Amino acid sequence: MSDPILTVSGVHSHYGRAHILSDVALEVRGGEVVVLLGRNGAGKSTTFKTIVALVRRTAGEITFLGNRIDNRESYVIARMGLGYVPEERRIFTELTVMENLEVGRQPAREGLEPWTPERLFEIFPNLAEMRDRPGGRMSGGEQQMLTIARTLMGNPSLVLLDEPSEGLAPVIIEQMAQTIGLLKQEGLSVLLCEQNLHFARLVSDRAYIIEKGQIRYEGSMAELEENDEVRAAYLTV
Amino acid sequence: MGELIVTILTGLSSAASLFLVAAGLSIIFGVTRIVNFAHGSFYMLGAFIGYTMVQAIGGTIVSYWVAVLIAALVVGLIGVLMEILLLRRIYHAPELFQLIATFGVILVIQDVAKEIWGNEDIVSPRAPGLDGAVEIFGQRLPEYDLALIAIAPMVLIGLRLLFYKTRWGTLVRAATQDRQMVAALGVNQRWLFTGVVFLGSLLAGLGGAVQLPKGGADLLMDFGIIAEAFVVVVVGGMGSLGGAFLAAILIGLLNVFGIQIFPNSTLVMMFLVMAVVLVFRPWGLLGKPETPAATGTEIPNEPLRPAVPMVKVLAGLVLAFLIALPLLQELFPTVLDPFVIVQANEILFFVLFAAALHFIMGPGGMVSFGHAAFFGGGAYTSALLVFHFGLPFELAFPAAPIGAALLALIIGWFCVRLTGVYFAMLTLAFAQIAWSIVFQWTEVTEGDDGINSIWPSDWVTPLVLYYLTLGLTVAGVLLIRRIVFSPFGYALRAGRDSPLRSEAIGINIRRQQWFAFTISGAFAGVAGALFLYTKGSIAPTSMEIARSFDALLMTLLGGVEALAGPVVGAAAFKLLEDLFAASEYWRGLMGITIIALVLLLPKGVAGFAQTGVGRRLGLSRAEEVRA
Repeated sequence: MSDPILTVSGVHSHYGRAHILSDVALEVRGGEVVVLLGRNGAGKSTTFKTIVALVRRTAGEITFLGNRIDNRESYVIARMGLGYVPEERRIFTELTVMENLEVGRQPAREGLEPWTPERLFEIFPNLAEMRDRPGGRMSGGEQQMLTIARTLMGNPSLVLLDEPSEGLAPVIIEQMAQTIGLLKQEGLSVLLCEQNLHFARLVSDRAYIIEKGQIRYEGSMAELEENDEVRAAYLTV
Repeated sequence: MGELIVTILTGLSSAASLFLVAAGLSIIFGVTRIVNFAHGSFYMLGAFIGYTMVQAIGGTIVSYWVAVLIAALVVGLIGVLMEILLLRRIYHAPELFQLIATFGVILVIQDVAKEIWGNEDIVSPRAPGLDGAVEIFGQRLPEYDLALIAIAPMVLIGLRLLFYKTRWGTLVRAATQDRQMVAALGVNQRWLFTGVVFLGSLLAGLGGAVQLPKGGADLLMDFGIIAEAFVVVVVGGMGSLGGAFLAAILIGLLNVFGIQIFPNSTLVMMFLVMAVVLVFRPWGLLGKPETPAATGTEIPNEPLRPAVPMVKVLAGLVLAFLIALPLLQELFPTVLDPFVIVQANEILFFVLFAAALHFIMGPGGMVSFGHAAFFGGGAYTSALLVFHFGLPFELAFPAAPIGAALLALIIGWFCVRLTGVYFAMLTLAFAQIAWSIVFQWTEVTEGDDGINSIWPSDWVTPLVLYYLTLGLTVAGVLLIRRIVFSPFGYALRAGRDSPLRSEAIGINIRRQQWFAFTISGAFAGVAGALFLYTKGSIAPTSMEIARSFDALLMTLLGGVEALAGPVVGAAAFKLLEDLFAASEYWRGLMGITIIALVLLLPKGVAGFAQTGVGRRLGLSRAEEVRA
């Protein structure tokens, strides 16, 4: 296994006075797809937001590609090559598909073939047919594709995907799984969070389980599948 | 026929500056979410600097327009200065602080402009090459008007190209919708914000500079244009350049036709148009409904708590002192000047005024920028009843809150349809309209001179009036507290904190807010009547924008989140005002104080009592520890 590119250790976060994350630790290695599993409200999205500094951590260390990023601003973290795809998609509804991609564009990174709209349209053929459509007039699945494509325009080496399968039709979910596999082939690392164990199983190498803001389990996807006890304790409703 | 065409063209030409200013305001708000009240001041600076530049280099056709552009650029850079020194520090502060801070900038710019260009109105020379007139169907139209008519669409096209054909424009449009997401995609917002403020300020400066040959430059331009620009933005729809363009033309035309229909009150037409637009399209002609910011990380307001014993004791001591004040003054005339009573009296009715405003601002969550309309409305109700019908004090005085409440009922009906800064802008626009009616309707209101020699009945000696003021203020403040802690107050605060959930449990938020607005207006009216009978006269100045801001400052000084805020704030404000009154630069000093306060004490003076230090001093309840 290669070296970790993202290391989170001892991280705490608060919303106002509410303590959301406590002592969260996880890591992602180069070329790996890691899933953070947990129920609604377990702290998955907050973990992601804390990593990209949309929520300020109150304690702990976050390291990306060997640099401390826990005191950096969001835009600096993004420029370092850490892409973030939010759960609510947050497409710019007034902007066209091409314009949405333009907002995400960042200079090419050494060692990676830069993403262009044309290259992205090969992965997301649907988007190619609606270049000039405003983001607000796209279906949920199309928006989800666009938000991933938009983040890829920043040429990240690690992508955080917040519940990519949420609210999507089964056919689209399968497409999404293929897309993540494709990104892995391109050499990207992916950290995704999910409630959908079935989807996670399709794409991930390793899994963490988070519950009430704390990491409760860590292991390979295969191990987790063997372990009925853990699944019952943290994942079934 | 010729006359009609020339009137239309004149209207179109007067729309140019208005469009430039409103477009700048809209662009800055779109990205930074700050309504720049100092925008009118930038317009004024554009005119003054433009005049200086034209005097210096503007002799030929080319150099004249170079001078105008330099003026606009300089104003743009002043905007950048404001952004870097002030706005950057308060992007995450509550709206009110941002608005108040830019109001501080207005005051500073006023004094700076007065110092540099003096008090006299400046008449600017005509633009070279455009100093003649053209004849249209036998009517003469200044050539410069034609130039102005061309400028607005040119700027509109230029802005559209900038926003739709450049990367910078794309980023600005994206940031207008979700600036956090733009940052998460690797865009440094800081320079985006600075750039946007530069562009917006530049447009305001350009607006001021291009109207020079028509309107010249004077120190009253800032408030005049800002109210009109707000109307344009509200009518056109915030964030819509096309809307601003349409609305500016509409208002420009109304101004020229309005003079012919209502020669006395041009703003009445504006009022009617705004009212019609708001009823049918609350978000403006081309605007979109305001969506709550998609951050979800805001920390909710602390629940209000009843006063702690320490505060009750302090309040009791202050009250006892105020009751004993006249007696103390008589006993120790060497220590206490008789003027102390007058001062205390004045502080008291401002406390009531500030408490009325605080009621809708704090618990109600509605920031009114036009509360002087109700203060003055109450005072004018009494004054007009005395002046025209000879009503005695005993009848005219109680009529004040009724008059003010009626006014608030009407204005509130429109305003509660909007929220946040739109609400603030609308209240300011309505207040400016109320002011202009009083100012322009000389037959009824005596106009600028005001209504003089309105005194209470003989039995109301200055001493009785003092106790009346004290009694009504204390009763008013206690009543407001009572209302805040009543079920109605709970519903109001629920509507402020989570409008959707409140609607879902069956609270009609709009009606609650409308009701609260009216109550607040009535209390402001009582304060106004007390002012009237203390001073013996009332003039339109007590309804102007600056007066509304006084009340806001008092509330801010005291802290919006503290119920004791307005009481502490009004006293602090009057003391500051008296302190600065001796200086020629009291405006600038006040402005700097406000800016410093916003930056250093964002919770206000009384809010400070609720911080850790204040708690240790026993000024508020200890924070409960939560599991």
